[in-house]
Amino acid sequence: MLAFTVKRLGVALLVALTVSLITFSMIYVSGDPAIAIAGEGARASDIEAIRKFYGFDRPIIVQYVDWLAGALRGDFGRSFTLRQPVADIIFARLPVTILLGAAAIGFALVLAIPLGVLAAVRPNSMLDRFALTVAVVGQAMPTFWFALTLILWLGVTWRLLPITGSDTWQHFVMPAIALGYFVTPAVMRLTRAGVLEVLASDYIRTARAKGLRPPTVLFKHALRNAIIPVVSLAAVQFGFMLGGSIVIETIFQINGLGYLAWESIQRKDLPTMQAIVLVLAVIYVLLTLLADLLNAFLDPRLRAA
Amino acid sequence: MSERILTVDNLRVDLPVPAGTLHAVQGVSFHVDRGETVCIVGESGCGKTLTALAVMDLLPARARRTAQRLELAGRDMLSIGERAMADIRGARAAMIFQEPMTSLNPAYTIGNQLEEALLRHSRVSRRQARARAVYLLERVGITAAASRFKQYPHQLSGGLRQRVMIAMALMCGPSLILADEPTTALDVTIQAQILHLLAELQREFATGLVLITHDLGVVARIATRVVVMYAGEVVETGTAAAIFSRPAHPYTRGLIACIPVPGRTRRGAALGTIPGMVPSLVGKSIGCHFASRCDYAIDACRSADVTLEAARDAGHLVRCIRHAELPALAPTRVAEAAP
Amino acid sequence: MTQAALPRAGIPTAADILAPSPGVLLRRRILRHWGLLIGGTILAVIVLMALLAPLIAPHDPYDQDLARKLIPPIWHGGAKVTWAHPLGTDQLGRDYLSRLVYGARISLLIGVSAMLISGVIGTVLGVIAGYFGGRVDMLVSFIVTTRLSMPVVLVALAVVSIVGSSLTVVIWVLGLLIWDRFAVVMRSATQQIRAREFITAAQALGCSTPRILLTEVAPNVLNHLIVVATLEMAHAILLEAALSFLGLGVQPPTPSWGLMVSEAKGLMFFDPWLITIPGIALFALVLAINMLGDGLRDVTAPENRG
Repeated sequence: MLAFTVKRLGVALLVALTVSLITFSMIYVSGDPAIAIAGEGARASDIEAIRKFYGFDRPIIVQYVDWLAGALRGDFGRSFTLRQPVADIIFARLPVTILLGAAAIGFALVLAIPLGVLAAVRPNSMLDRFALTVAVVGQAMPTFWFALTLILWLGVTWRLLPITGSDTWQHFVMPAIALGYFVTPAVMRLTRAGVLEVLASDYIRTARAKGLRPPTVLFKHALRNAIIPVVSLAAVQFGFMLGGSIVIETIFQINGLGYLAWESIQRKDLPTMQAIVLVLAVIYVLLTLLADLLNAFLDPRLRAA
Repeated sequence: MSERILTVDNLRVDLPVPAGTLHAVQGVSFHVDRGETVCIVGESGCGKTLTALAVMDLLPARARRTAQRLELAGRDMLSIGERAMADIRGARAAMIFQEPMTSLNPAYTIGNQLEEALLRHSRVSRRQARARAVYLLERVGITAAASRFKQYPHQLSGGLRQRVMIAMALMCGPSLILADEPTTALDVTIQAQILHLLAELQREFATGLVLITHDLGVVARIATRVVVMYAGEVVETGTAAAIFSRPAHPYTRGLIACIPVPGRTRRGAALGTIPGMVPSLVGKSIGCHFASRCDYAIDACRSADVTLEAARDAGHLVRCIRHAELPALAPTRVAEAAP
Repeated sequence: MTQAALPRAGIPTAADILAPSPGVLLRRRILRHWGLLIGGTILAVIVLMALLAPLIAPHDPYDQDLARKLIPPIWHGGAKVTWAHPLGTDQLGRDYLSRLVYGARISLLIGVSAMLISGVIGTVLGVIAGYFGGRVDMLVSFIVTTRLSMPVVLVALAVVSIVGSSLTVVIWVLGLLIWDRFAVVMRSATQQIRAREFITAAQALGCSTPRILLTEVAPNVLNHLIVVATLEMAHAILLEAALSFLGLGVQPPTPSWGLMVSEAKGLMFFDPWLITIPGIALFALVLAINMLGDGLRDVTAPENRG
């Protein structure tokens, strides 16, 4: 178990390093970053000053190692436009996005797992068909359009919820639904397939042969095993949501990491963009690691490995 | 007369399949008394497993079960509801399955899975349940029972898991145990140990035991009575002594001819085989099911259904119109010699 | 021995002898699958619409006429409604139906192109990893993990903002980003095929690796490939719409459904149909592609349903 964790941490580190290399090279995709910062038509002396200030005049390798060394210490440099350390801005915004992501994944799980279980317990029933329809429809709705439609109905027509901002918990309801529904189909399908498979297994027959009541058979014996792959999926999807929150945060003007990313992309604030991509990549890798550990916790067979 | 534990009368199991209805069990009747070991023998697909599952009401959801009578310890199991049946399962009748590797839930400890049947069916404390579980683990021959109790199924070998399954079946002191080929999936050396254990525990706890197997060597050693099934039907039933000394049905005779006997079967000599294939059980069929493979079949065998008739010994029934003349007959068809 | 070859012992029925060929069975399964039929029909309609756009569109999608701006669609009623603009006009007086019809071209073009690019990358990586295994597999898995750790929308937006947005850039950025599922599915499909006897047989016969990959592996992973292809095409279409919605995808005045929603966003409280119409178009297209993909999976591999 320890060896497994250490090995996975090693892979996580390597992934983070690769991502850092890719994001760092993003600066040079555009050509000369000094010109990009100074803006079109800036004076040559200004550009030269900027180049000196940010150290663009040094060899690229030196710049990368320097940047990486800073990143490892939690120093992502200074924002081109906000005149603040990037790390400070990111860690001020990150909690909002994590809160939004958690609410979204919570919504998805609360909707998808019961639907998936019910569909599996009564395969081909009306309920199963309904669940399948929810899945098919959910997968096809463009997130931004669904968000706007929610605003139109829940926010404007019925005036149930505030439209923009991130001040109260009500502000998070619509964004969480808009962000979370996209994951619902995948979770539901996986739950349904898992429960169906487990219900057909020999140990479920053993449990029934003991005279256990149907709820005990379902919740104690079936769900515990069927839910294991769902846990991994949820962790991975949570990572995707943090990355995908940019659309939702922009629409609902939630002051999180996604909105920050949007702002920095518009201002061509490269250090901030790089740092956000790197932070999200590290979070994703840590989440997959967490999913593996959770799996080992839920499945005793994996613990020995 | 001794106490009757299980009565099965005219049990039928039908399964819908794409080609129509599969009549998997066609009017099977047998009974089990306290302290008896009844062996159901027959080849794969003859309906013996479905018969056991039907008794426990554990058939697949799409299967349909009908019977004239199905009584466990005097209680009618046809009319009781799902809840009442669940009260009986595990408490009065327990089942041991063929696949010990997959029959235990990988997510819970052995102890947890042993305790839960007792906790479900009787008002005992967790401590009492644990004490009984550890006692039974020791009783089925598991050393260091207290530490095995805390282990997960994947940490145990197949033989140990089947011992756990046996202990689990005994947890509530059932009057009937159904064991469905409990040793098929195990190593040969372990098979004998497990069967020996089952027979011993059956005597000690005075339960009725229904042992489903295709191993006639085992049957000869531990059966009180034998039920021979072929293609969904009982073809012959009687005391073990009668079946083995005077088998009346050509199928039973064929099965017995397949058993190698130490000292009598010459080394390198071909064992008996039964040629042909089991007929399809989909749709209606007329005549003796075994006719197509039988060395003694005549036209009469194929034209009308055959009923169970009394043979010479008491309680010995056979489904063959020629059983009386059989010992003196020459085969109507010369069996293909096995290579 | 001859008996074993028959489906069951006894006298074979007419149906057994005249068993339908696999092709007939497949056609029968397709015709019985409602999702497949509905999805296929909707997709066919949208593809036809895109191909015949100049014939179907009543107006030039770029023609502005501020005097005729914001005419509601015909079901709305009111004085301004006219059959000349069945779906109304946008804030610049452009005919909404015409923009919708031409927008289908953009969605399909980007969906197919990005799917092809990502399909080539992902399939090559996945098949190589699945076939060779070992270190190659580890390396590919690492590349896939790295790719998955980088958020798609964010990276796409960042790259487009740096390189500058155009149709070609959007196609390449999406194509280079969404190959992960191709790689994962092709890897496991190839692993399964790799373990089968006919691969060993081909190796024993001395077939070269590229030949085995092309003639033995490829045909057997094709059904998985088609299913993933539909999913990724839908994925690419949704991503393009999101990028265009955020202003970093297709640039105005090109009619893209995502862009149409974006341009109408400010007016959505007053004229909600402006976002409803392109939204429903996007939804219908993605739904149709997904239904087709699900249906193809059911029809080609019924055991994988769920």
